Amino acid sequence: MTIRTMLAASVAVACLCGPALADTSSKKIALSNNYAGNSWRQAMLTSWDKITKEAVSKGVVAAADPFTTAENQATEQAAQIQNMILQGYDAIVINAASPTALNGAIKEACDAGITVVSFDGIVTEPCAWRIAVDFKKMGESQVDYLAKKLPKGGNLLEIRGLAGVSVDDEIHAGIAAGVAKNPQFKVVGSVNGDWAQDVAQRAVAGILPSLPEVAAVVTQGGDGYGAAQAFAAAKRSTPTIVMGNREDELVWWKQQKDKDGYETMSVSIAPGVSTLAFWVAQQILDGKEVKKDLVVPFLSIDQASLEDSLKNTQKGGVANVEYSLEDAQKVIDAK
Amino acid sequence: MKLSSGTVRLIIPAASLVLLLAAVFYMQPRAMSYTGLNLLFNLAVPIALATIAQMLIMSVNDLDLSMGTFVSFCACVTATFLQTSPVLGILILLGAIAAYAVIGVVIHIRDLPSIVVTLGMSFVWGGLAVLILPSPGGNAPVWARWVMTAKPPLVPVAIVASILIAAVTHYIVMRSSFGVLMRGVGGNDRSVERAGWSVIGIRAATYALAGFFAILAGIALVGLTTSADANIALRYTLLSIAGVILGGGQFVGGKVSPIGAVIGALTLTLAGSFLSFMRISPDWQIGAQGAILIVVLALRLALNRLEKREKSQ
Repeated sequence: MTIRTMLAASVAVACLCGPALADTSSKKIALSNNYAGNSWRQAMLTSWDKITKEAVSKGVVAAADPFTTAENQATEQAAQIQNMILQGYDAIVINAASPTALNGAIKEACDAGITVVSFDGIVTEPCAWRIAVDFKKMGESQVDYLAKKLPKGGNLLEIRGLAGVSVDDEIHAGIAAGVAKNPQFKVVGSVNGDWAQDVAQRAVAGILPSLPEVAAVVTQGGDGYGAAQAFAAAKRSTPTIVMGNREDELVWWKQQKDKDGYETMSVSIAPGVSTLAFWVAQQILDGKEVKKDLVVPFLSIDQASLEDSLKNTQKGGVANVEYSLEDAQKVIDAK
Repeated sequence: MKLSSGTVRLIIPAASLVLLLAAVFYMQPRAMSYTGLNLLFNLAVPIALATIAQMLIMSVNDLDLSMGTFVSFCACVTATFLQTSPVLGILILLGAIAAYAVIGVVIHIRDLPSIVVTLGMSFVWGGLAVLILPSPGGNAPVWARWVMTAKPPLVPVAIVASILIAAVTHYIVMRSSFGVLMRGVGGNDRSVERAGWSVIGIRAATYALAGFFAILAGIALVGLTTSADANIALRYTLLSIAGVILGGGQFVGGKVSPIGAVIGALTLTLAGSFLSFMRISPDWQIGAQGAILIVVLALRLALNRLEKREKSQ
């Protein structure tokens, strides 16, 4: 790197945190998290740690402490939020156990003048900000991809998530919309995979004998590898299975790609969305006008970016991106 | 002055509450204010009510493992029916009280272990709660919200409510003749029966009263959270049992203390905040909460032994 580019880079950095440095350096931000028991949540906490430590050491904010409740219960998280109010945080970033049961505690926080930003598990209390993923579009994008790859269409097997959870309904609605748009596809079977490889494998193995030839499998993430195993065990030809960014899924995809040029796509939310929420909270504290509902793009991997994504994904983890202040500003400014 | 054994049993829970409170104040001076105290204790109010309900069941030597799901069910009813059509809501809740009385009668007549019956009932309540609210939602009735967010002068509502709960239940359980009979059934049901009382009636009434307090817990919880979901209070089963024991109650013998139970519930809530202020990692928090429980119980055992030694002398 020449001295000139270094200078230019440092000027760019200075511009980035210059105004923020002045206003939020004394502010404290807390992360209220309700669950840490799977690879996605672990990646989410690691991303938070990495990005916020850097921000704290640069003096962008005074503190950014993560808290996780011991049990995944709304009442416990409500108590945790009330404790954060007492601890004097200026902003609370929340991945909520329930979209509604924390509203009382969140109202208390807002009344105490605290900025509340929810992400992933969002809350309905109007005084809080929401960073939501467009799950419907995520489902639709799978069918759109398949329409391009298989112009003739064919039979689809749909693997759904955990029944009764809003995310499952939304992704399913997106897939249904995609199929309606592309009538050459037909959903011939649907099972619940609970976003887990073992459950998905059992469910797919159970329904396979009753199915005609399946051209493609649409999924919700965390279930693609199990589906592939079930197809292999039944000695059926492997359809195009949409993956969900988990490491085991990407490894399997890579193996197939090297073997016979297997093609598919992979899509899920990046756990690093916690860092986006952090920057959004920082921007709000900075006095920036931010609308209450923001949409975060999902992370998709295609044939070309597979190797790179796999290289950056930890064993047993999830493909991830961490967000910078710039990314956050882009999301905030997006209409 | 000689202290009664009941008072002695109250000393340990009260002392541990004061100790924890002092530690919290030391770590977080901000908590030493009107709003601070309210934030620390307002979520303890539904727990205290559930603990009282559990204590009533325990006073007749039974144990209710459906407390958490029942409070969740009541919370769901409160956030839906009680808010939109109060008459229907009240009818459903009255039905729930009647169901509790029936459970008490069935347990008595068939001589069934209460643990098994209530464990079975927990699935019934859980299922009903999911039927009422398949996905989280609902709204708190205006009056419930008003009560739980009221701002009385000088003392925050969480403290006022706790004292009120303790006073009312102390009167019912320790002073009224019904309370004496109830504890009598726990102590020796045969002698109560021989004295001409209907044990089955007492048990049914006790269960109904427990159901009533559990319903209050559900309403108070919704008043705080503003909405409900079917899993909102699952922790209350174990919290309520721990609260009773922590407050000096015992599993058998009708030895219970309403004031102690409320103090126990407050202590449990405070222990959670204390650990959170200590910045203990969540992996250790459940363990640490358990450790606090064990320390308090160990102290109580030691005191019990002391009490016994004095009596035998």
